[in-house]
Amino acid sequence: MNAYPHLWLIPLLPFAGFLFNGLLGRRLPKWLVTTVALLTPLLAFGFVVNAWLFSAANSGVFPLVETCPQAWINAGALRIDFNLVLDQLSLVMLLVVTGVGFLIHVYSVGYMGDEEGYARYFSYLNLFLFFMTVLVLAGNALVMFVGWEGVGLASYLLIGFYFQKKSAADAGKKAFIVNRIGDFGFLIGMFLLLANFGTLTFTEIATKLGQDPGWQGGAVTVIALCLLLGAAGKSAQLPLYIWLPDAMEGPTPVSALIHAATMVTAGVYMIARTHVLFDHSPFALGVVAVVGAATALFAATIGLVQNDIKRVLAYSTISQLGYMFLACGVAAYSAGIFHLVTHAFFKALLFLAAGSVIHAVGGEQDLRKMGGLWRKLPVTFAVTTVGVLAIAGFFPFAGFFSKDAILYAAFQQGTGGKMLWAVGLLTALLTSFYMFRLWYLAFLGKPRSFTGHHHATPWTMLGPLVILALLSIGGGWIGIERFGAYLAPSTGARPVEAAGNLELLLGLVAVAVALVGWLIADRLYRQRPAAPAELAAALPHGYKLLANKYYVDEIYTAVVVKPLLGFSKFILEWVVDVAILGGLAWLMGGIAMLTGSILQRWQSGNLRSYAAWLAAGAAALLLFVLVPWATVLASLSAIHLGVAGH
Amino acid sequence: MNSFLSQEVPLSWYLMLSAILFSLGVIGFLIKRNLITVFMSIELMLNAVNLSFVTFAHQWHAVKGQIFVFFVMMVAAAEAAVGLAIIIAVFRARATLAVDRIDLMKL
Repeated sequence: MNAYPHLWLIPLLPFAGFLFNGLLGRRLPKWLVTTVALLTPLLAFGFVVNAWLFSAANSGVFPLVETCPQAWINAGALRIDFNLVLDQLSLVMLLVVTGVGFLIHVYSVGYMGDEEGYARYFSYLNLFLFFMTVLVLAGNALVMFVGWEGVGLASYLLIGFYFQKKSAADAGKKAFIVNRIGDFGFLIGMFLLLANFGTLTFTEIATKLGQDPGWQGGAVTVIALCLLLGAAGKSAQLPLYIWLPDAMEGPTPVSALIHAATMVTAGVYMIARTHVLFDHSPFALGVVAVVGAATALFAATIGLVQNDIKRVLAYSTISQLGYMFLACGVAAYSAGIFHLVTHAFFKALLFLAAGSVIHAVGGEQDLRKMGGLWRKLPVTFAVTTVGVLAIAGFFPFAGFFSKDAILYAAFQQGTGGKMLWAVGLLTALLTSFYMFRLWYLAFLGKPRSFTGHHHATPWTMLGPLVILALLSIGGGWIGIERFGAYLAPSTGARPVEAAGNLELLLGLVAVAVALVGWLIADRLYRQRPAAPAELAAALPHGYKLLANKYYVDEIYTAVVVKPLLGFSKFILEWVVDVAILGGLAWLMGGIAMLTGSILQRWQSGNLRSYAAWLAAGAAALLLFVLVPWATVLASLSAIHLGVAGH
Repeated sequence: MNSFLSQEVPLSWYLMLSAILFSLGVIGFLIKRNLITVFMSIELMLNAVNLSFVTFAHQWHAVKGQIFVFFVMMVAAAEAAVGLAIIIAVFRARATLAVDRIDLMKL
């Protein structure tokens, strides 16, 4: 099976599913909705696999470009095509997006089975896959932007899926608005790309950059920083990460697919896709690395004290995305993408497992009320253990390989790189701690409040969990060497080559650190369950700071939201609306009324006054026709000149 | 044959008479209060115009002017019929023919 890959079919199939379920789903039987919803991503995945086999059979086929024959935008010198490009990078992303996406569709059948709006849910999910595949396949920045905005829309719709709940609707709005800030950066970046390069096509930009070594810093830095702002918005990096924890209001499979495995990694993908720009600007790269490292540490510290199982995972997602940015920032794009792939496996696994737990205990999300679930949910317990070991970075689970590759790449980058490495290592310690904390609190110990009967987990939920667990165990064994070599044509060669012993040593250090994190969690949450409370009491300020998430939301509310609202209220409502617009309307009306009151005297209703005006008009016309004005004027001016002459 | 009577009346005399009649009509229309007098002033203006039509027709030996006079007379007759009917109706309704007091055109 190595037929020619029709790229356009990959996004179009989920879109067809979206249209079908979105338009007709409410009136159709559930089995038909399910079939269509599952079939379209499966077919899309099939086409991706076909494209993979095709590329494997025909070496040198990359990059495979499909362009719509009609220009999309054709304005003077500007011509933008709607083109899709398949290369190593987009193929890897597509495999993750459609593969994990399909698994989560299957899981959703079980998870959302009893929910209202079953068809609506699946149509949104298919819509998301459509936009995400467009984003990944985009051959130029504008097509990518279409997908970029589209996944934002799908994310908004799915966060606000339970829109009757105010917190869910608010969270959707928050995600959408915060993403607008990032999109603003993306847009400015595109305008600057057009101004400087005259094209948005990624390959052409790369060619132009390659031709002229003069491109260094300056405009390229500005463009790269604008794109970084966009990426930070979508991938929930500092300072725009605030929407992601709230996005957990959506159904859990959505959190797994959109807010952990795929959409939030779009920023990382975008940086890898435009890596030539970043390569030409060391400053921008440095900013990416620092943003990534800072986010990783920052989110991990907040994750330490969260009690909502999904929020712990949300902060860990932000933290792991920080790792990917860190990798991009040290120009180890393939390591970043590698972590993206393994993270997609284990984080989707963890979220789905969390969903399975929440499903089983009847909607409870508070870790403090769980406990002792391993006996009731043996499969979920097993796969969560795999996920926790993978994210903590234990050998031989997937997370170990990718995290190790990132830390190693950072370590190679001079003194600054060593500091980034240290931050990454500290984050790894925290990650290990809070993941094992979750593991202990949810599954081990004695059942705390929840004692009632639990719902059975259907096979549609267990199947994806098991597959993702296998991927989380085995996914890392591709190895960064092979993975980096495969991606090299898309993302450039790895900046650093493997150096045997050092890498081994760093790997051992990372595992040791993860082990320490586990032991601390073990001590605090298994051996002395009272210890965490004592610790919190001993450090009241620190604990409060973390529990309140560094008050970032409050600070943003005070610094940005409140002034903006006040500004809108005062300037826009009172000054612009009432004073200027209202005043103008009033003025217009006043003028009309004034002229009316003057002119109405004309319309006296008196026949003789009309007749007088008529006669006066006729007389005036007569005067105008009969008097030779030209002669009169000429003689007048002659008199005037004559006077002046004297 | 040089007597006063045998002499052709000059064109300007006719036109001046026409202008004078027309002006009288306008003045009558403007200053008279009685609706019937106003109506008669209109007739006077029409006839002044008729006079100038006939004058020019005679001067230029063109028959069109005379035909126009017949048209004007015909319209004036029709107008007189309608106008007098309206005047009677107004008088019945308002018991007055003073133009100043017939001012319902103004809201």
